[in-house]
Amino acid sequence: MAFERDLNLEATELRLGLPGTQESRSNKRSLPDMNIVDDQGHRSGSSRVISNASDATKSEEETTPPSKTQVVGWPPIRSYRKNSLQAKKSEAEASGIYVKVSMDGAPYLRKIHLNIYNDYPELLKALEDMFKFKVGEYSESEGYNGSEFVPTYEDKDGDWMLVGDVPWEMFITSCKRLRVMKGSEARGLGCAV
Amino acid sequence: MRQDLTVQQMSEDDDRSPPLDLRCGAAPSINRARNCSGEAVSGSGSSTSSSIPASVPVTVTEYQSQYPDQVLEIVLENVLQFLTSRRDRNAASLVCKSWWRAEALTRSELFIGNCYAVSPDRARGRFRRVRSVVLKGKPRFADFNLMPPDWGAHFGPWVCVLANAYPWLEKVYLKRMSITDDDLALLAESFSGFKELTLVCCEGFGTCGLAFIASKCRQLRVLDLIETEVTDDEVDWISLFPEGETCLESLIFDCVDCAINFEALEKLVARSPFLRKLRLNRHVSIRQLYRLMVRAPQLTHLGTGKYGPSEVAQRQGDTEPDYIAAFAACKSLVCLSGFREITPDYLSAIYPVCANLTSLNFSYATITADQLKPVICNCHKLQIFWVGVPCVIDYQCFEEIWVLKLILAVIMQALDSICDEGLQAVAATCKELRELRVFPMNAQEDVEGPVSEVGLQAISEGCRKLQSILYFCQRMTNAAVIAMSSNCLELEVFRLCIMGRHRPDHATGEPMDEGFGAIVRNCRKLTRLAVSGLLTDRAFGYIGKYGKLIRTLSVAFAGDSDMGLKYVLEGCPKLQKLEIRDSPFGDAALRSGLHHYYNMRFLWMSSCRLTRQGCQEIAQAMPRLVVEVIRSDDEEETDNYVETLYMYRSLEGPRHDAPKFVTILR
Repeated sequence: MAFERDLNLEATELRLGLPGTQESRSNKRSLPDMNIVDDQGHRSGSSRVISNASDATKSEEETTPPSKTQVVGWPPIRSYRKNSLQAKKSEAEASGIYVKVSMDGAPYLRKIHLNIYNDYPELLKALEDMFKFKVGEYSESEGYNGSEFVPTYEDKDGDWMLVGDVPWEMFITSCKRLRVMKGSEARGLGCAV
Repeated sequence: MRQDLTVQQMSEDDDRSPPLDLRCGAAPSINRARNCSGEAVSGSGSSTSSSIPASVPVTVTEYQSQYPDQVLEIVLENVLQFLTSRRDRNAASLVCKSWWRAEALTRSELFIGNCYAVSPDRARGRFRRVRSVVLKGKPRFADFNLMPPDWGAHFGPWVCVLANAYPWLEKVYLKRMSITDDDLALLAESFSGFKELTLVCCEGFGTCGLAFIASKCRQLRVLDLIETEVTDDEVDWISLFPEGETCLESLIFDCVDCAINFEALEKLVARSPFLRKLRLNRHVSIRQLYRLMVRAPQLTHLGTGKYGPSEVAQRQGDTEPDYIAAFAACKSLVCLSGFREITPDYLSAIYPVCANLTSLNFSYATITADQLKPVICNCHKLQIFWVGVPCVIDYQCFEEIWVLKLILAVIMQALDSICDEGLQAVAATCKELRELRVFPMNAQEDVEGPVSEVGLQAISEGCRKLQSILYFCQRMTNAAVIAMSSNCLELEVFRLCIMGRHRPDHATGEPMDEGFGAIVRNCRKLTRLAVSGLLTDRAFGYIGKYGKLIRTLSVAFAGDSDMGLKYVLEGCPKLQKLEIRDSPFGDAALRSGLHHYYNMRFLWMSSCRLTRQGCQEIAQAMPRLVVEVIRSDDEEETDNYVETLYMYRSLEGPRHDAPKFVTILR
């Protein structure tokens, strides 16, 4: 039961309603043994309750099921502890320098930190080691020659580009994810395979 | 003088603290002051009876006597050097003026439980030769975002005074204080012999501040950062430690969430022969950990960084280091923690050290019971164990898809037993366990959690020496709590957090009153208690009746009426720290504590039923109490109810650094 953060659980979560819509849920509970929390029962005028995720900045609680109004600071876990478990995820989102790397035919996604490489050869070598393949020779005009594997990346605009086409500095700031393409698909990007 | 005496009385915070009667209008009490030769000297009568308790407050303003015998005073000073406990010292200082003076001259460790209770100048004025300072700032509920940021507890004013007053200061321990880089710079520059800096739950500074400490404190032995927020100023502070052999004994920086210069760290460890405690942050990979471990086999406390391979695949031909050998070489290792982002395959590397471990913190490790068991079953000497349990996704969203709901309910049942199973393994092996903390990995209320009353029952049966427990769960029964109360008679700290608010005993549907009642009744050593679940005033009746040693009490979403709080305030004479949230206690209940508030460090009540009027009455009745009303926004309160009351005794009156959202009532 390891907590797989790499799996995009949110995307695979079953919901009712159309994808992309924010669900508005009622507070109803069908299970008899879950108690009905009654915030109205004791009339505390200033019970600090926030609804859904709109005041998420106040509370450090991460994405929570919106079926219940959330209470600030409950359960009493220090934000440090909560954040530590989220650290990997939020760093990836915040800094943008972790990129996902996939290879056609490989079952697992990897994530790498682009900044630790200094140039393309280092990056390519790392990819080769990671996925056990070899890239071909790179040339500006012809792309990668001599191998059916072609390293590509998706840039900020959503376009798929060949790794190596732009200067390195530009690459690391614009690269959003990497994909090692195989075979025929790669041809569209200008490779002489 | 009266003020000076009360400084030290107010700095006490435990059961030896004598009850003070400083209510307005109280008759002046007899002055027991006497000099060392035994003659009673005072302006307002005297008493030689030793039956008068040392707690009698001094109200006489003038003290007239001959200067005490010099020799006796010197002897006294020498003797008092051996008194290290601050409570003993507080008692000694109450004997007479001469002892008070001698004690003040010889106290080297200054403990200030609330940084606003006394001013830096006042502390400096009384204690002249301090080498170690402990300062605590914000109340604990600030950790859970119940207090707006920038409330206070600034270290700045303190460090300025300390820098002038105590150039030979060696140790500073701060908890929940707000510290800036400049404060750390001043600290680093002011004390040439500075040895130990420990920052717990602090914030406000960054790696810049750490750089000052590393580079300027040449005698530094201890740099411990625990659950402290440190911003990343992108300063390579690790490289700034002095060249050559260091005095470092402890370096704890697991909470510093910034990348570090590993080469510099490795060299630092290599030139720190006295290093015993090292806790790394998650930016250190397991391979890097290996390199550090082989350089420091003398470690006693180790916090791993990221316990798994780094993202980048290693070069071909690189073999995996022999982690098992590295652990085996650390023959003195007794405390292990870290294990962030854990790859469970590597867990077997720690087997060689398990038999010696007295403390193990797995609370950041996402592992299953099956992965935990082979580790735990070797930890026969374990005394402290922290663990996190993953909670599964909320299946509320499936409520309309009943088939799935059914399936998941079955899975949940199985999961419950799995994680309780992990605790059962602990109960079976760790007979020496003193402290257990079970955290939820996924802290939500509605989720079915995998630990329950079964785990608690097992622990209570297996770990009879348990002294301290913090247990988060989704559901609980009175029976399990009662079992713990009768099995674990050494309990001093019992903190049970049933995460669903107002949850009753899930087997009987009853409130959790009887369970907590049994705890206070049976655990005669209990000093700290945190309650949760559905609780009526009856529970508080039990606490007031039996909880005679309780010093810290945390209450949330509990009680029916004012009576609940009254029972506690009237019944618990040792109560020092009381924190309450979202409970229906009002002004009448608040009034019932007037006799006791000067004996307490603080009272926190948020989202209760206090009115401003009610709080004002307290402020007027007790001039030495600072009564803060805290709003969450700048807006005025919409109701008559006060959102947060935080009040504490102080010799200084209202503080001058209160932000806009704090109103201090007079």
